[in-house]
Formats: sequence, C-alpha cells, structure tokens
Amino acid sequence: MNASELKQGDTAVIHHVEFSDLRNKLIEMGCFEGNKIKRLYTAPLGDPIAFDINGYILALRKEEAKLIEITLKKIES
Amino acid sequence: MNPKKVKHIVLAGNPNSGKTTLFNALTGLHQKISNLPGTTIEKKTGYFNIDNQKISITDLPGTYSIHPKGEDELISVGFLIDPKEAPIDLIVFVADAGNLSRNLLLYSQVADLGYPMVLALNMNDLAAKKGISIDIAELSKHLGVIVCPVNARNEIGLAKLKEAIIKVDSAHQSTFYDGTGISDANFFSNYRHFLQDQIQKLNELDPEQTKKNELDISTETTARYHKIDKILSSSLEQDAKKNKNFTQRIDSVLLHPIYGFLVFYFTLFVIFQLIFKVAEYPMNWIETGFGFIAETLKTNLPSGMLSSLICDGVIPGIGGVIVFLPQIIILFTLLAILEDSGYMTRVSFITDRLMRKFGLNGKSVVPLIGGMACAIPSIMASRNIENKKDRLITILVTPLMSCSARLPVYTLLLSLLFIEQKQSWVDLRGVILLGMYLLGFAAALLFAFIFKLILKQKEKSFFILELPDYRKPRLKNILFTIKAKAGDFVFNAGKIIVMVSVVLWFLASYAPGDKFKKIDHKYANYTADDKAVKIQSERLEVSYAGIIGKTIEPAIKPLGYDWKIGIALVTSFAAREVFVGTIATIYSVGNPDDVKTLSAVLASQKRVSDNTPLYSLATVLSLLIFYAFAMQCFSTLAVTYRETHSIKWPLVQFFYMSGFAWLMSFIVYQIFS
Repeated sequence: MNASELKQGDTAVIHHVEFSDLRNKLIEMGCFEGNKIKRLYTAPLGDPIAFDINGYILALRKEEAKLIEITLKKIES
Repeated sequence: MNPKKVKHIVLAGNPNSGKTTLFNALTGLHQKISNLPGTTIEKKTGYFNIDNQKISITDLPGTYSIHPKGEDELISVGFLIDPKEAPIDLIVFVADAGNLSRNLLLYSQVADLGYPMVLALNMNDLAAKKGISIDIAELSKHLGVIVCPVNARNEIGLAKLKEAIIKVDSAHQSTFYDGTGISDANFFSNYRHFLQDQIQKLNELDPEQTKKNELDISTETTARYHKIDKILSSSLEQDAKKNKNFTQRIDSVLLHPIYGFLVFYFTLFVIFQLIFKVAEYPMNWIETGFGFIAETLKTNLPSGMLSSLICDGVIPGIGGVIVFLPQIIILFTLLAILEDSGYMTRVSFITDRLMRKFGLNGKSVVPLIGGMACAIPSIMASRNIENKKDRLITILVTPLMSCSARLPVYTLLLSLLFIEQKQSWVDLRGVILLGMYLLGFAAALLFAFIFKLILKQKEKSFFILELPDYRKPRLKNILFTIKAKAGDFVFNAGKIIVMVSVVLWFLASYAPGDKFKKIDHKYANYTADDKAVKIQSERLEVSYAGIIGKTIEPAIKPLGYDWKIGIALVTSFAAREVFVGTIATIYSVGNPDDVKTLSAVLASQKRVSDNTPLYSLATVLSLLIFYAFAMQCFSTLAVTYRETHSIKWPLVQFFYMSGFAWLMSFIVYQIFS
C-alpha cells in the first residue's frame, strides 16, 4: 500500500520510499522509515494531497505520494 | 574600543524557521519577512555590536538540506560549503521548535561541515501550543552545543543568544554523523569535498552515477534521522491531548475541495472591491490637492517658460501618478496579509492541479499573484520553483499578470467608460477591473501552455511543499512592507515620471525650424475665443513630440489610436504608469487654460477626421487590452535577463507579449468600432 491510497484522516507508518530522483528529497522532508504519516486534505480533483508528517503539513502530488510505501496503523486518533 | 576583528556569523536553517525575523531583531534592519517558505531568496548581510565586539551577520535563504533542489537552496548550500571571501566564524542555526526533527536534519549536516554552532530554538510558544516540551539541557548535552530558546517575533531570549555568540569560538566543533566512512582526522574537510563532488556530479547528469548518489545520500539521510529521533526521544515530549491545532481547524474549511475554491475567489473579489471603494476617498483628496497647487502656482508665478514647465509638465505628471498611491498601498497591504498569515501556500496547494495542465506548478501561483503588485520581485521569487522548465515558464508569463503600474492606466480608462457612476454596493469598475486581472491571468495560462509545448524538458516536474501553521499577520511587518513599496513607487517611479514629463514638455514645446512662428502668423488676425486653444493644438502637432507621434501613427491607427496616444505609448515603454502622466502633460499643454480633472478633459477630446469622440468605447477597450498584454517595462526585461542568464528570454518575452497585445487590440477595436 502507498500513501496515495491512505484514506482521509487515517494514519500509517512509512516503511520504504521507492527509488526515484525524489527519494532523498522525500526522506529529507520526513518521509523516512518508521515515521508516522496521516492524510489530512485533498485538493480539488484529488491531487495534490496534504499529509501530517510528525506534526507538520506536507503537500505532495499523487505521483509523489505513490512512491511512499506504508503500513496501515490502527491506533489512537 | 576593542580592536578585535569583526566576527562573521551566519544564520542558517529550514525555510520559514524565522531566520530573517531574528536577523531583523538582532540588527534593527527591516528585511522582508513573511509566513511563506522561501521569502528570502538572496543572502543579506548586516552589522551589530555585542559589548565592544563588532559582528557581521549573514542571513541565508532557507534550505531543507545540504543537497539543494532549488536555485534559492543552491545559494545557501554553495555559501556554506565554500564561503570564499567571507570566512564563517560561527553558525547560528535557527530551528522551528514545533518541527524539531526535520530542522535537526539540516543542523546535523551543517555541523558536519566543521563550523562552530549555536542552536537557536525559535517559536517555542507555537510548539507549546502543539503540546511539545523540550528539555533544553538534555538536547544541548546530546548535540554538544549551546541551545538558546528564543522568540524572534517578540525579541525574547536575545540576550542569552548574544552571550553565546560571543562565547563560542572556533574550538567548538562537533561531529554529528560519522557513517560516511571517512577517517576521523580530516572528517570535516573530507565531508566538504564529498558534498562538493556530489553537487558537481549531479550537474554532469551521468544516469548511473546519479542513481548511485541518490541511493547513497538517501541512506545517509535516513541514518541521520534515526540518530536525531534517538536524541529527541530523551529530550522532547509530545502531549497529544494538548495539541489544540488551530491550523487544522482553519484548513478543514480553506482546503475543502469546494469551499476552498469559493474562499479563494471571494478573497480576490474583496481585494478588488477594496481597491476601488476604499481608495476612492483619498484619491479624490489628492486630485483636488494637485489641481489646487497647479492653479495657485499658475496665478502666482510670472508667466514664462519655467512656469509653463512646472505647471504644465512636472505637476500634472507627478499628480497623475501620486493619485494612485492609495490603491497601490491597499494592494500591497492585502498581499502582505495573505503571505504573512500563511494562506498563500494554501493557494498553491489548491491550484497545483490546474497549473500543472498549463506547464506551471502550484508554486507558480506566488509569483503570479505577486505579479499583480509588481513583476520584478515576483520573477525573483520564482527561484524556489525547483524544476527548471516550470520556473522558466513562470518567469516568461508573470509579466502578463496586471501589475500595479497598469492600475493607474486601467483606472483612468475605466473612468472614461463610466463617467457617471451610480451608487451601489458593488462598484462596477471594480468588477471590470477584476475582469482585467482575470484576462491577464488567462493570457498567462495560455502562453504557459504554448511554452509547455515548445520548450524541451529533461527533469520531471514535482511539487513538494510545506504548509506552515497559520499565524496572525504582524502589523509592524506589514507597515514596513508598505513603507518600502510606497516609497519605491513614489521615488523610483516618480523619478522616471518627472524626467519623462520634463523631456516631454520640451519635445512638446519646441519644433524644428520656424514652424511655431508660422502658426502664430497664421492666426495673427484671428479673433474668435478659441484662438489660444487652436494655436496650442496646432503647435503640438508640429512639435518634436508631434513628429514622434505622427511617425508611429500608421502602426497604431488600426488599433484606434491617434498620434497623441502614440506619444503616450512611446513614453510608456519607460514604465507603464508614465502613460497617465504623459496624457496629463499632453492635454494640459494643448489646453493651457483649464485644470479640469483629467478624465473630463479626455472625454471631451474629438477625433480630428470626423469629430466623433476620440475616447470612444472601441478605443478605450483597445487601449485597455494593449496595456494588459504589452511588454512595456525595461526593469522587468532586465530582471528576466538576470534570472535566466540569457539575452534570449527577455527578447522572447518582449516580442511575444507586444505582438500579442497589438493583435488583440486590433481585433477588439475592429469589433467595437
């Protein structure tokens, strides 16, 4: 499962970022293995998507969100 | 005085962490700040003293890491890796306490360049609201540096920070990460060379090497983060229950797929209503004031050349521009509020999808909206668009956005369309003005799309953007912005306008040979009331200005313009707002006896050929269109040259915009006449 498939309001744990030119950039912005990610908002037409990454808001295009592999986490709000 | 040399400190940190706010607080200067990541796009240096020690301080554009993606990040990283002429004695690393983990990533990379560091933890008040508490002593122990909690906005904690700046010297180096496989003795210089190599290799674009680099770097980044998290687990506590999250509540409306767009349009609508409704009162006062000055001077000065130059050339020229100051102040105030509150990044977010279709990027919205104020800083603001093609297209189309210099021209022309404005809660001129801005925006999208098809592209476009927390706009900050912008408008634009007015007055007051004498001779025995007017208008026609206007008349006749408008078009190429001053000068030179307000004078102008009103609907619309699209600003061309490092792009910009303007004005005039 990747971050673009996350449902509004759901939280997950990142376990991998796929290889691309943006891999390091995404990791730098906090999308590293073990960090939490929550889907907050979706722009009109479903793209881009805003996520909560460990307490701050990061906006990504759907294409970029697809690079982030996640595991769903059933947890506290 | 202490003879010690100047200590050079540098402010480094993530975008929007408050470096410039701290810079202003320490130096007492007023560099532009906002709640928009990427506001600082150049490095700036200031000076201040701590006791007797003179300190020079450099503010760098924010960067997320030592591996730059955008042009603004490259400026910072290039400087940190190799400061060349300005060796760095100390880095004050400014970190947003509300987002410490990500801020510490860059901290760790900068520390590994071997600089002595002080960590300034900024925005603790916001962090506390998020339920974050930081154990300063514990953090300081793990990082091996002095940690100073500060609040740059309210100037809290500066004394402790200054103390640390004096105390820390070159002996205070501390390694953060040593997983690079580099031997200890030369760790710092080796890490520096390693980074330099990587920047150069990335430029070479060897696909295999790039891929390996990307993997190496991302592995290193992950390792750094894991180490940071370990440190934070013992020094940072997050109480999820205390998290009030004001920002998320606002965003649930402002980023709503439907309400979000409505709020955006409504915001724009309010801006344009304010520009007309509120600005109207001070504009009337200014207009009356200048009319009064001109009249008083005219009756009191001995008549002659100098008096004519002042009353007919300089004063109407200046007055014609000062009158628009209220509108410009309102526009810049509202834009500053949008930036400082944090709303501007949300606009990027909701528009990215649309902009992408046209070869732009959500981040292009900031230059484009800024372009409604002035294209020059906006083109520079495009530096934070990482993708080269997205950035070039943004630069090329930004001047199509209707800037504040066009506002005086639009206002004057619109007043000709609505001589009698009925009172109603919606100002019709405001609605049409909004239409003019939308037209500029539509043209910008159209050409962006055309450029998207023409230009070749190697790298992939992307959109990775931090949305900062909402903050209350800082009144003081907004006042400084306005002061700077209004001052710039009055003095810089004013200088050009006065110069052009004076030159124009000369051109209009002199003619080659004895042409003026011949006219005087012709009317020697003429006694009707309109003698003076007739002489003046024939004089203008044969004057140097008249010759220039007549020379270009064939090219602009199909657009509905006569040679007088032609003179204004020519002078507008110095700067658009000169149009108003020129028109004021030309018609007041032509009719020396009345100092009526300008639009009334224009409305009474007749076409020489058939005596119909010169400023008919068709002509006014055609002029509106011409000013909306034509490239008539040398400063913008100069900044395009500077940002693209090529003469090709300003030329492309000039010809596509002006050609399009001519074509569209021609079509509009032919339809409406």
